[in-house]
Amino acid sequence: MTDILELAAGNLISPIILSFVLGLVAALARSDLTIPEAVAKGMSIYLLFAIGFKGGAGVAAHGIDTTLVLTLIVAGALSFGLPFIGYTLLGAMSKLSTIDKAAVAAHYGSISIVTFVAATSVLEAQGITSEGYMVAAAAVMEAPAILSALWIVARAGGGSKGTVDAGLYREILLNGSIVLLIGSFFIGAITGEDGLETIAPFIVAPFQGVLCLFLLDMGLVAGRGLRDSRGELGLPTVAFGMLMPLIGSSLGLLGALLAGLSPGGAALLMTLSASASYIAVPAAMRVALPEARPSIYLTLSLGVTFPFNLTIGIPLYTAISTAIVGG
Amino acid sequence: MEMHDAKRVEIIIEAALESRLTTAMRGAGVTGYTVLPVKGGSGRSGQWSRAGQVTRGSGMVAVVCLIRPDRLDALLDAAFAVVEPHIGVVSITDAQVLRAERF
Repeated sequence: MTDILELAAGNLISPIILSFVLGLVAALARSDLTIPEAVAKGMSIYLLFAIGFKGGAGVAAHGIDTTLVLTLIVAGALSFGLPFIGYTLLGAMSKLSTIDKAAVAAHYGSISIVTFVAATSVLEAQGITSEGYMVAAAAVMEAPAILSALWIVARAGGGSKGTVDAGLYREILLNGSIVLLIGSFFIGAITGEDGLETIAPFIVAPFQGVLCLFLLDMGLVAGRGLRDSRGELGLPTVAFGMLMPLIGSSLGLLGALLAGLSPGGAALLMTLSASASYIAVPAAMRVALPEARPSIYLTLSLGVTFPFNLTIGIPLYTAISTAIVGG
Repeated sequence: MEMHDAKRVEIIIEAALESRLTTAMRGAGVTGYTVLPVKGGSGRSGQWSRAGQVTRGSGMVAVVCLIRPDRLDALLDAAFAVVEPHIGVVSITDAQVLRAERF
């Protein structure tokens, strides 16, 4: 336990966490600090490309095994299943409407790719290796949770006036983040270590610095969201935002043990299961469940769970996976 | 210079709905429109700012078109089917245009 707390404390004073905290504090203090939208978009593309490419190059170096297939199956099952747990838990902890509960649950079944990127960065800093195909697991976990949430609403008779059509499914499955992540993963897998060596000065060396600036922007966005939504979230709902990641990560650990992942891979699957989406799912919810309140699901995901995972969750999941899977 | 009566329709809608709205408008016979970014605002759903959004998809856009008055009802029916369940504002103003054949 002492080791876990020491690791968490050490993680708190890393440049990426402090950059996020700077953004959060600046937004809460109503500073006019902003990252231009185009710069933030550019950094997001850079990070997705880099993480996908490095994952693909890792697969090329170490080859494909049955663990990959098992991991993808487990990842898909987690994304499908977690919304049902989240929905039930919210029913017990809060008085949110059926549609709000389903929308929140969808966010917690899907994943936050930035949290995943931060986790890979923490693992690298600690010299812990992980399976390159965890990038593919991240992509697999983006969409199934949305289908679970829509199914929950249909079954509960939520009566949403939203649009669920072929266009929505295309937008979910082919959203830019997934296409870039999977595309760069395949480029990395095809070109291998040689390809990585060729572009390493661009995608390896500057990675940490870009991640710091990106997290500064995420801190600003999270801080503004918290500021604007003050009073919207009750204490039980905020508690859900910290309890659900612990439940998700526990199931992620179980899945990692079933799939036979390494300690690093297990830490990443725990992080993915614990994280909540704030890009793909909110956009889908606006189309499919327009009655659901963004001030609830977005604030919870971005303002509560994201900082929780970044500061406490990732070091905790890393320490637990190292102790249990590594032991 | 000869001027012609027209209707200017401005629809402010969530960015995630932009393509659905423009598709519906084209289906209603609209031959041209302009999509403008929206910086922020305040309304029944509270205050928001583009700077506070994680992605552009969670913000708002303004879709503006000029049409002949006889096409207005078809456009409004098509647009309202998309806008009705969502956050948005639809406004219509009288306008005058040159080169009526373009509308």
